[in-house]
Amino acid sequence: MSDIRFTDKPLSDWMRSSAADSEIVISSRVRVARNVQSFPFPMLATDQQSRAVLDKVTEILQFDDIHQFGNFHVLNLDEISELDQEILVEKHLISPNLANESRNGAVILSEDESISIMVNEEDHLRIQCLYPGFQVQEAWKRASAIDDVFEAHIDYSFDDRRGYLTSCPTNVGTGVRASVMMHLPALVMTKQIGRVLTAVSQVGLAVRGIYGEGSEATGNLFQISNQITLGQTEAEIIDNLYSVVLQIIGHERNARERLMTDSKLRIADRVMRSYGILSHAYLMDSKEAAQRISDVRLGIDLDLIREKTIVEMNELNVLIQPGFLQKKFGRTLESGERDMYRAQLIRESFQREN
Amino acid sequence: MLCQECNERPATLHFTKIVNGEKTEFHICESCAREKGDHLTGISNGFSIHGLLSGLMDFESGKYKSAGAPASETLQCKECGMTIQQFSKLNRFGCSSCYKYFSNRLDPLLKRVHGNTTHVGKVPVRAGGKIHLRRRVDELKKELQEQINLQEFESAAELRDQIRELEREIAEE
Repeated sequence: MSDIRFTDKPLSDWMRSSAADSEIVISSRVRVARNVQSFPFPMLATDQQSRAVLDKVTEILQFDDIHQFGNFHVLNLDEISELDQEILVEKHLISPNLANESRNGAVILSEDESISIMVNEEDHLRIQCLYPGFQVQEAWKRASAIDDVFEAHIDYSFDDRRGYLTSCPTNVGTGVRASVMMHLPALVMTKQIGRVLTAVSQVGLAVRGIYGEGSEATGNLFQISNQITLGQTEAEIIDNLYSVVLQIIGHERNARERLMTDSKLRIADRVMRSYGILSHAYLMDSKEAAQRISDVRLGIDLDLIREKTIVEMNELNVLIQPGFLQKKFGRTLESGERDMYRAQLIRESFQREN
Repeated sequence: MLCQECNERPATLHFTKIVNGEKTEFHICESCAREKGDHLTGISNGFSIHGLLSGLMDFESGKYKSAGAPASETLQCKECGMTIQQFSKLNRFGCSSCYKYFSNRLDPLLKRVHGNTTHVGKVPVRAGGKIHLRRRVDELKKELQEQINLQEFESAAELRDQIRELEREIAEE
């Protein structure tokens, strides 16, 4: 029962609600990796085995206990177009890995898109919960509760000593990867970001671009996540991330205040130039778009811009991705063409009356 | 320390290359590592954590050949057939039994990735085996020690009985 309306709009419903510290932390996410006992991991599973895992996992939707978390839809990856898959990646609802390499891969999505359960990715099950703003504890609580429901019906691969067994030993133990996406323009502008990121990596956390491993941090967006999954309890992992992120929020706030005291005119000029360019440009590559949107986002936070909202900027960030652009304009676009259409979409969004 | 390639970003990857006894140290950032990865001898494309795992496992260095099984014997998972050499290429296990068959080689790898080798987190209710009982015993033992320190011998005796009871359950299953 594939239902691809999930790719119609750029912003998931969960992203529309306001939340704590959302001017700096865009979203919080917790993912839990689990495997079904007695089946090889997806990489080695035969077609028949991975299908059996998919059947076993999707059976869960027949039970009442899962519906306390909402209504779910199952999307089988081989039944939806490549473009729709790309859009699901752009919305962070599935990983590029599931889109490109999985056999009998599927995703179970909640109606508001805040819960996304990948099947037959690197592991049999990857339960992912997304929250707006800085709500990493809430995200863990929910992911763990969903995990409990699956565990009541499915035997997991678990070992007394190693914990939850995963395909890659970097996930073994808790199988928990918690991450927050942060917007840190003031730390970048004041050149403190390098120091912050080095410190972060020294306390067992990793920093990545917003589309995961290997992607570049554009638009001053940084994804910070735990690196260690073994030898710490889930609560310790979450608390560690929480307290480090809390400190980074503090540093970013201080840097913003200092910028506003010391160089308000320069900041205002930068923010309003970006606003002007986004509203009027005819060509815009994705890197420039990300940077300009970051400036305007900062302008909104600093109350220099009142005509736009943070939610609109979140929406634009997804809308300007290649998949969405092509969906919007209904055909494959060359890179140069994309720059033109991207600029058009942004212009329209900025000229829209609120 | 700044990246020695771009001199802009902080160096986050530090490694040493030894060719014919000549040692060269590299301190580069992730972004330059990705760009230059092709040109650095002995380092294949990409610097993902997965790519570095086999290096951490150190399985070909000879270190384990003398200590463990004879070099000719291939370490293999009897469940899915994956060999340690395949693991080093794929950096993924084939099935959960690989953890059992490669167990001895795993500790140094886990230690370096996680700083730890033993799980202390959540335990599934059904598949968790005796781990719940064992953890309970550990807790009770701690309490017992506290009670003894406080010279509360009556409650200490109760705790001791509880521990014995649980240990019997563990032994029986």
